[in-house]
Amino acid sequence: MSYVKGLKCRECGKEYPKEALHVCEYCFGPLEVNYDYEKIKKSLTRDIISKRPPNMWRYKELLPIDGEPKVGLDVGFTPLVRAKNLEKVLGVQELYLKNDAVNYPTLSFKDRVVAVAISKAIEFDFKIVACASTGNLANSVAANAAACGMESYVFIPHDLEQTKVMGTLVYGTNVIAIKGNYDEVNRLCSEIAGKYGWAFVNINIRPYYAEGSKAFGYEIAEQLGWKLPKHIVVPMAGGSLITKIWKSFKEFHKLGLVDSLNTKVYGAQATGCSPITTAVKEGTELIKPVKPKTIAKSLAIGNPADGFYSAKVMRESNGWGEDVSDEEIIDAMKLLAETEGIFAETAGGVTLAVAKKLIEQGRIPKDESIVVSITGNGLKTQEALVGRIGAPRTINARLAEFDELVAKEGKVYAVKA
Amino acid sequence: MKKRFYLTFPKELIKEPLIYQAGKLYKVVTNIRQATVSESIGLVALELDGEPQEIEKAINYFIEKGVKVEPIELDIIE
Repeated sequence: MSYVKGLKCRECGKEYPKEALHVCEYCFGPLEVNYDYEKIKKSLTRDIISKRPPNMWRYKELLPIDGEPKVGLDVGFTPLVRAKNLEKVLGVQELYLKNDAVNYPTLSFKDRVVAVAISKAIEFDFKIVACASTGNLANSVAANAAACGMESYVFIPHDLEQTKVMGTLVYGTNVIAIKGNYDEVNRLCSEIAGKYGWAFVNINIRPYYAEGSKAFGYEIAEQLGWKLPKHIVVPMAGGSLITKIWKSFKEFHKLGLVDSLNTKVYGAQATGCSPITTAVKEGTELIKPVKPKTIAKSLAIGNPADGFYSAKVMRESNGWGEDVSDEEIIDAMKLLAETEGIFAETAGGVTLAVAKKLIEQGRIPKDESIVVSITGNGLKTQEALVGRIGAPRTINARLAEFDELVAKEGKVYAVKA
Repeated sequence: MKKRFYLTFPKELIKEPLIYQAGKLYKVVTNIRQATVSESIGLVALELDGEPQEIEKAINYFIEKGVKVEPIELDIIE
């Protein structure tokens, strides 16, 4: 049964049928999935959702697929961790970490959007899926395509480090490295998408693809006992995730699945690539493109497609946008690992560092519930930590040397009798 | 052939009639579908209609002048 009416332009409101379209023919605005909420309200209750398996498809009426999912059946329902140790460090009363660093199968929130995109691509009868990506999206497209036996193509800039490509090549996908500057590579990918009849997950399937992020928000609401947090900090690259989390909260409220909607949404970026937070701080609606220079590579999008809409979410929810330096990002990654045992990628460092900054600024009060979004796994961006987290202390294989080391570091441990 | 682009004009080029000039210099029909101009930046959603080589020349003209030319989807390398 379908709950999707079709697509609708975010700008002019023109409606389109359920097809692989992404840009309005009239105003060139982006298209978005248009649901039949009356119908959904009649068939989706807390009770029904609670009885379903713990994956993101428990909210399938609010995801844009018509039948059952075709891939990624175990995606989502990642832990919402109560961060007691971090609460003490930051001096706050109620802090949670939504941890997509352990999302299935490729350890980032991209598994959500890709599972929806490929399921939709199969419904549309596409035979080949593709994407342009330097990291998490590439991993996820390659893995999920492999899992459902589809051919896939991943386009990357030619100068991407070899280690970054391993986690994509291993799935047997076609990785095409394109020579040229960033803008040229970007334009070529769009041209390839326009010319070949493939499902380019973040181009012609984008309206469906982006909806997958909503499950991140639904899960938070359910895991908090069917209520929304007072504050949520979300990383921003292209800006899609923050808009979809806000949409998910509004939908749950509209459907009566949560009683009130009073969440403030905060967008987080690295200072070296902060076109959206800059616009928020300057109070302008225009997003000025930037040339990224940050260790948070997964957030390094200089001209974000959803920048305008992200800034709107922050304004509408009375949230704010903040950015942090590479040093602050590393410090936050270490803090998260040392206090909560979670190794997040650089983007996780960005959200935690921004949360810390906003708490210090007094923008986020210390006595209200806060969720910090962790969207990817630290094992993928280990190069960012090289030379910044110390090194092992080396000794010879002699007990005396270990005793000496312990004594030298001023530590005293009980010895067994 | 029709192609869609997103043009970003830096502050110093906002007053320049570059889209008009591109239409005169090359065999392309320029069709502005959305635009926002402020004191510091100009953003234009533009459709170019013409032979692929002529479209290519028009794009190169914009780039040489200092305009950022992107696909209508903006940054798609995620």
